[in-house]
Amino acid sequence: MSVLIYAENAGGKFKKSTFEAVSYAKDIADQNNTSLIAISIGDVAAGDLAALGQYGAEKVLNVSNAKLKDFVNQAYASVIAEAAKAQGADIVVLSNSFSGRGLAPRIAVKLQAGLADGVVELPAQDGGKFTVKKTAFSGKAFATVELSSAVKVISLTPNAYKVVPNGTDASVEDFSVENKESDFKAMIKDIVRSTDKVSLPDAEIVVSGGRGLKGPENWGMVEELAELLGAATACSKPVSDAGWRPHSEHVGQTGIAVSPNLYIAIGISGAIQHLAGVSSSKVIVVINKDAEAPFFKVADYGIVGDAFEVLPKLIAAVKEYKTTA
Amino acid sequence: MMKILVCISNVPDTTTKITFTDNNTQFNTNGVQFILNPWDEIALARAIELADGGKGTITVINVGDAATDATIRKALAIGATDAVRINAKPKDAWYVAYQIAQYVKANPFDLILTGKESIDYNGSKVAGMLGELLDIPSVSIIKKLDLDGGTAAVEREIEGGKELLTIPLPFVAGTAEGVAEPKIPNMRGIMSARTKPLTVVEPIAVETFSNIIGYETPAPRGKVTLVYAGSPAQLVELLHTQARVI
Ligand SMILES: Cc1cc2nc3c(=O)[nH]c(=O)nc-3n(C[C@H](O)[C@H](O)[C@H](O)COP(=O)(O)OP(=O)(O)OC[C@H]3O[C@@H](n4cnc5c(N)ncnc54)[C@H](O)[C@@H]3O)c2cc1C
Ligand SMILES: Nc1ncnc2c1ncn2[C@@H]1O[C@H](COP(=O)(O)O)[C@@H](O)[C@H]1O
Repeated sequence: MSVLIYAENAGGKFKKSTFEAVSYAKDIADQNNTSLIAISIGDVAAGDLAALGQYGAEKVLNVSNAKLKDFVNQAYASVIAEAAKAQGADIVVLSNSFSGRGLAPRIAVKLQAGLADGVVELPAQDGGKFTVKKTAFSGKAFATVELSSAVKVISLTPNAYKVVPNGTDASVEDFSVENKESDFKAMIKDIVRSTDKVSLPDAEIVVSGGRGLKGPENWGMVEELAELLGAATACSKPVSDAGWRPHSEHVGQTGIAVSPNLYIAIGISGAIQHLAGVSSSKVIVVINKDAEAPFFKVADYGIVGDAFEVLPKLIAAVKEYKTTA
Repeated sequence: MMKILVCISNVPDTTTKITFTDNNTQFNTNGVQFILNPWDEIALARAIELADGGKGTITVINVGDAATDATIRKALAIGATDAVRINAKPKDAWYVAYQIAQYVKANPFDLILTGKESIDYNGSKVAGMLGELLDIPSVSIIKKLDLDGGTAAVEREIEGGKELLTIPLPFVAGTAEGVAEPKIPNMRGIMSARTKPLTVVEPIAVETFSNIIGYETPAPRGKVTLVYAGSPAQLVELLHTQARVI
């Protein structure tokens, strides 16, 4: 028995959500007095692989093969499922990232495993029952799911678990699997990364703008504030519908669900569909000229004021803070 | 003629205030309006565009009891050709994917569309499970979907970017925003939906491995701390010293 964590990389580098998932998987391994094995697929530097040990991995399986350089859903699922079998893993952990959401269901079917997606806490394992808490109803609630299969697959919501560096470097072993030809039907033609920007699902701070900002020409302020804070930018649905901002920035029930440490909402009313995707943010700041805006009811801090007056002052205050801090 | 299958789920309206009954073990459906899952509307809209001009037919499939018929009729009114309902409560994503996979094995399709997730349980699971059960490719979160003969060109969402893929049909696509604009049924659609075929199929028994045993709603936040609009510096101070998030 062991716990297997799939350590996802983006362009050869592990992401924060990967370290979160490793830390989480380590705590599950500890709950069960067993060891944590990590598997990495693609081209990752040896030092980075060994460093997964610092988050709790005892051993790292390195799958490096030209055909598997980029994420190929079916082939990666085969490799991870085979690794789980070879290592006798009865719990497989992944990050609930965009790629994780493509992989986890396929792995679960291959392993005849129950799958808990979007998990936010460590499992409870009392009296032979294995239960785990996940988000449901687009962040309006949580559900506790019982998994009754011998093997279990868990995908962890980004930003839901703390990264805990504690161990030392892990040993790295090469691992390979004979993939079926049919695992490579889908072919990647191109990967376009906007490297200069913080990715929204992974961001610790999100600065978000709504219709109150009047038009796309006013987003300079939002971007400037975000850049100062090392934050990602986001928007409400009408803003992306109007083409002021790209769809990939739309947060909410029918957009991306985020749970950053800090969510700053500017000129957003706080409709129930918007709140659904952002209400699990740890701290919420609302800037709105209408004191009756529903968003203030779920905010931790608020400024009742005109964004066009408040934002320049806020930007200046953050600059001031950054230079003195 | 291309055959397209669109998997549809019946979910609480987005304005629903979520509450629970029976000691927080059941979702309270009292007074809740059910709708076609918004992501499935996008899948259906793209299917209609792809099949336009007699290029194909669109079957919608739902795993649900008779209560979902209204949502199925809505999909027919929007433009699906016919519908299948597998007559069972959807126990979990595995159960749903299994039932649909059995149906597809007996009735093959060129393209299978799902939404990127259902807005009730937000699993993003059905697309991947279906792909695995049918041993065909699946992409769970698609932002663009075009066809060129028997090959699909797809744009997949990744953190901070996008990935472009080509995939031979058949495959399973989980559709997200960007793929198409939802379509609103017109009068003719609504009239014809009444007479379009809706076939009810009995489920196949299969073991499930996950079960929701309880619910909770997020803890309410404390009262908002208001900061004077003229001094955002005070907000920065609070975020640093009190909230400790910057
Ligand atoms: C099926 C469905 C799904 C939906 N999904 C989503 C979703 O996922 N995400 C989402 O965001 N929405 C979603 N919506 C839309 C949602 O209902 C709201 O319409 C939307 O969130 C409102 O966007 P907004 O707050 O930017 O605009 P508005 O509601 O127009 O609010 C603008 C706010 O800006 C304030 N304001 C105006 N001028 C200023 C100023 N100068 N300074 C400061 N404040 C100012 C106003 O007081 C107001 O509160 C969905 C709707 C439906 C029907
Ligand atoms: N009961 C169901 N019947 C048919 N399709 C479903 C059902 N539940 C979910 N789906 C499909 O699977 C997609 C993803 O759902 P989920 O994996 O539950 O988030 C939905 O957008 C639907 O297309």
